[in-house]
Amino acid sequence: MAAVKEREIPRSIYAANSFCPGCGHGLVLRLIAEVIDEMDIDRDTIGVLAVGCSCLTNRTLAIDLLQSPHGRASAAAAAIKRCRPEKLVLTYQGDGDAASIGIAETIYTAQRKEKITQIIVNNGVYGMTGGQMSPTTLVGQKTTTSVKGRDPEVSGMPLNLMEVLKSFEPAYMARGSIHDAPHIMKAKSYIKKAFAAQMAGEGYSCVEILSPCPTNWHMTPEESMRRIGEEVIQYYPLGEFAKGGDQ
Amino acid sequence: MRTLMKGNNALAEAAILAGCRFFAGYPITPQTEILEYLSTRLPEVGGQFVQTESELAGINMVLGAAATGFRAMTSSSGPGFSLKQEGISYISSMELPAVIVDVMRYGIGLGNITLGQGDYFQAVKGGGHGGYKTLVYAPSSVQENVDYTILAFDKAEEYRTPVIILSDGAIGQMAESVKLPEGKEHDPNKFEWTLKGKDDTYPNGRKMTDRIYYDFKYTEYDPHIRDRYSAMEENEQMWEEVETEDAEIILVAYGITSRVCRGAVKAARANGVKLGMIRPITLWPFPKKALHKTNKTVKAYLAVEMNACGQMVEDVALYAQGTPVYAYPSGRVIADQEEILRIVDEIRAGTRKEAF
Amino acid sequence: MVVIKKENCKSCGYCIRACKQGALSVSSEINGKGYAVVEVDQDKCIGCGICYTVCPDYVITIKNEEVQPA
Repeated sequence: MAAVKEREIPRSIYAANSFCPGCGHGLVLRLIAEVIDEMDIDRDTIGVLAVGCSCLTNRTLAIDLLQSPHGRASAAAAAIKRCRPEKLVLTYQGDGDAASIGIAETIYTAQRKEKITQIIVNNGVYGMTGGQMSPTTLVGQKTTTSVKGRDPEVSGMPLNLMEVLKSFEPAYMARGSIHDAPHIMKAKSYIKKAFAAQMAGEGYSCVEILSPCPTNWHMTPEESMRRIGEEVIQYYPLGEFAKGGDQ
Repeated sequence: MRTLMKGNNALAEAAILAGCRFFAGYPITPQTEILEYLSTRLPEVGGQFVQTESELAGINMVLGAAATGFRAMTSSSGPGFSLKQEGISYISSMELPAVIVDVMRYGIGLGNITLGQGDYFQAVKGGGHGGYKTLVYAPSSVQENVDYTILAFDKAEEYRTPVIILSDGAIGQMAESVKLPEGKEHDPNKFEWTLKGKDDTYPNGRKMTDRIYYDFKYTEYDPHIRDRYSAMEENEQMWEEVETEDAEIILVAYGITSRVCRGAVKAARANGVKLGMIRPITLWPFPKKALHKTNKTVKAYLAVEMNACGQMVEDVALYAQGTPVYAYPSGRVIADQEEILRIVDEIRAGTRKEAF
Repeated sequence: MVVIKKENCKSCGYCIRACKQGALSVSSEINGKGYAVVEVDQDKCIGCGICYTVCPDYVITIKNEEVQPA
């Protein structure tokens, strides 16, 4: 066999994760770790973790980490960046954290053009607490608090973060997905561009990543990835929504 | 340098002198001057000022800044202070130094935007979840706003804990002559525990989270917490005694109320009534040593405070060791000297009902 | 060569679905976490790395040298 491209687990991943089988978090973390390693900034990166499944990042990602109260990751991260402007500061949040309890912090971090990167993993449910409806749960989607499916008359329409944040003129903003290999590579490129924008001092950046929660979607891992590709991206279109500087 | 300053402004300047270079907060009466003052003063000294979208963001920005080793502060009052409680609990769990100011107002809910002492419980009893404690300083003058703010930053770092300055609308709004000390330089890089990017000491990065998960064995965490708070309780009690040596009745009061009580002691003494006062300067730890020193000789304590039902009086009763405790919660008005003297007469005559 | 870190595998099957060569399958071996771990048929593997790309659990690495299974 001809020489192949070797692949190692990035050095910024230092231990196995404890997510459920098929969970997308482990993948998103690996992409973040790959980008950190490729940019050689693992000693200059500070992460702020949200509450929920994001907490489990603590034992996997080998960078300085702070665990913020629920919803407040971007506020804490903005303060860290203001105190240590030379560092790359990122948040790692779920949709419940960033788009529900922390929507005010998310909006005002973008509005103040805080020079941080929010990584928001959107799986459409509150995972850690057992699959309740989140702001991004799709219409008709069954959860433990919308057992007949999300009814827009009762719970409103799913929240589209990219649309909400667009008007604040972020330096970089994109929505990716990890439902197959090409999209995984694309999502990684979004993370890299966001980090590059921050390191260039350009302002606020945000990457939302559509991710599966097989456990709470009551699907096999494969079915959940298929659902993203066939259903979820219809409501949450992928792509770059803001490109500042030389992007 | 001696100068005339408003209490809130003096407190804000004291933070600058203590080396505080990060403030995040939200307007609420009667603390807003702290926010206003620092919005211009912090940038002058190269610090960061953020007017946040809410008190929640304010306390959590302080959490982030504190984690980097910067001296950081936020301030609020009443309802806004309630919103900060979760953040204070997190800062306590991470054992980060920070200073939180509550310029108290009166009342439940919206209450009244003027002065009051309505937040004793939520400041002193660990107002957020989980059972933490914070050092609480209760200044009673503009000068003490300066002195205890500077002390608060030092103690916050000594114990790695949030420290609360429990001021009130009167102390915040009044102007008095004040002596400002020399400013200090603070080096945020002097601590090994701060977030500054992983290094050889922490090859996997610092995990700035509840220390319960990372720094202690399962059985070691609870003793650690108990030791930590016991040390503060033993070493940090501060109080002032006014004519307590031969006192028959001792008033217990802090902040603005203690200024009225000081006058009441003087007036009573002029009439031959042996009245004294214990003024707690730290509300947590409550100066129980002061009560234990006097409760063998004194006939009664009278707790005077500016709220509807009495809050501090519960701590007075806790440490009175059987000495009768009486209450004068003055409600939404400052305690009245004549009323204090009248209640003292009732206590001496045996016609006043004990608080508990 | 695909190298499988068996103790990390949660048997999600992403790599099996992604592999266009049909080189990966679920084995009968159960790891310490209780999952049936994937195994690789090295004869079919072309070293494209797509299994690494889709694996969420840091199970798979790709190396050039021959590696004996642990």
